[in-house]
Amino acid sequence: MTSLAMIILTAALVNNVVLNQFLGLCSFLGVSKQLKTAASLSGAVIFVITIASGVANLIYTYVLSPLGLDYLQTIVFILVIAALVQVVEMFLKKAAPAVHSALGIYLPLITTNCAVLGVALTNVTNGYDFFQSIFAGFGTAMGFTIAIVLLAGIRERIQDNDVPAPFQGAPIVLLSACLMAIAFCGFGGLNLG
Amino acid sequence: MNSNMERIYNGIVKENPIFIMMLGMCPTLAVTVSATNGLGMGVSTLCVLVMSNFIISLMRKIIPDQVRLPAYIVIVASLVTVVQLLIQAFVSSLYAALGIYIPLIVVNCIILGRAEAFAAKNDPVSSVFDGIGMGLGFTIALTIIGLARELFGNGTAFGFQVMPSFYQPISIITSAPGAFLVLAIIITIMNGASISTAANDKVEGCDGCCATCGKSCKKEENA
Repeated sequence: MTSLAMIILTAALVNNVVLNQFLGLCSFLGVSKQLKTAASLSGAVIFVITIASGVANLIYTYVLSPLGLDYLQTIVFILVIAALVQVVEMFLKKAAPAVHSALGIYLPLITTNCAVLGVALTNVTNGYDFFQSIFAGFGTAMGFTIAIVLLAGIRERIQDNDVPAPFQGAPIVLLSACLMAIAFCGFGGLNLG
Repeated sequence: MNSNMERIYNGIVKENPIFIMMLGMCPTLAVTVSATNGLGMGVSTLCVLVMSNFIISLMRKIIPDQVRLPAYIVIVASLVTVVQLLIQAFVSSLYAALGIYIPLIVVNCIILGRAEAFAAKNDPVSSVFDGIGMGLGFTIALTIIGLARELFGNGTAFGFQVMPSFYQPISIITSAPGAFLVLAIIITIMNGASISTAANDKVEGCDGCCATCGKSCKKEENA
């Protein structure tokens, strides 16, 4: 279970961040109307979660833990994530303007995406080291990407269909998510031990 | 006093954070496997919300506008840490059941949303009542969803057997897909009864970030 590939697979499929752990639901439901925007958001999420997991791990291991300040982890992590998102945005603006214009508007929103804080805290709970944290973060972000891109695809199809009036809007989206969650339950049967 | 009662009514019924505003979805779906968990999560959020509204309202003239969101986040995160330590010390069974979702109250959209939409503009007393109203609305909604899931998925309510013994529990309701299903059914019923809910608009258009949602939606309207 501890090998890095297993960590990625578990985080992406078995414990899918959206469909199994309900993290990042706001953007999952809110930004999944079009495939293109969903994909752009996913790009930004992969970027931020992977870096944030690594940085959060370093800070926990070398600052909070030696000083016995574990109980401050929530405050420190959320600040680190907020600062990191700012830094990433400024860096991208300078270094990769094309990427920035594609992901730009989604970056600030990620601060309050609970998946980012959730992964950082889960990594500490699981006792992951630096590389395990980064891989877990990457896997989680991949799981988010898979879920939101699939849902966006489904929603683009739903638009052409005649949905009964009471089900229009949120209910049909939630029902689609429900069916996806049932499908992802199947991954629970994978024996990754 | 009258307007304070109005704040509470507003939070529970008119702007119910879950059924009408559709904020704070993550804990809503994640912890409501039983009515007890829903209630515990609701009360924890209520405490944080009342205190954060109070403190932010007190400090609303001191905090510079440019750095208000980071300042709010620090205040909320400190309060959440306090609540988390208290739960861990006094209600350890709840702590085990809610787990990671307690620290995640920090990024619960309702708290930053109310700070931004109400506490930053109003006096401390009405902010406290706004917090109580919104918190109660959240608690009631979580308890209802938790009760429904526990009842049909497990045949119990608050841990007591209530369904007759021939009832076969539908176990999928208490697992992950059931959360989406129950919420979908509740909103469908509300749509059918023509209760207008922002849930549909939110899924239809908003940028999907709850904390900045009110703000950015308004911007779009102005533009």
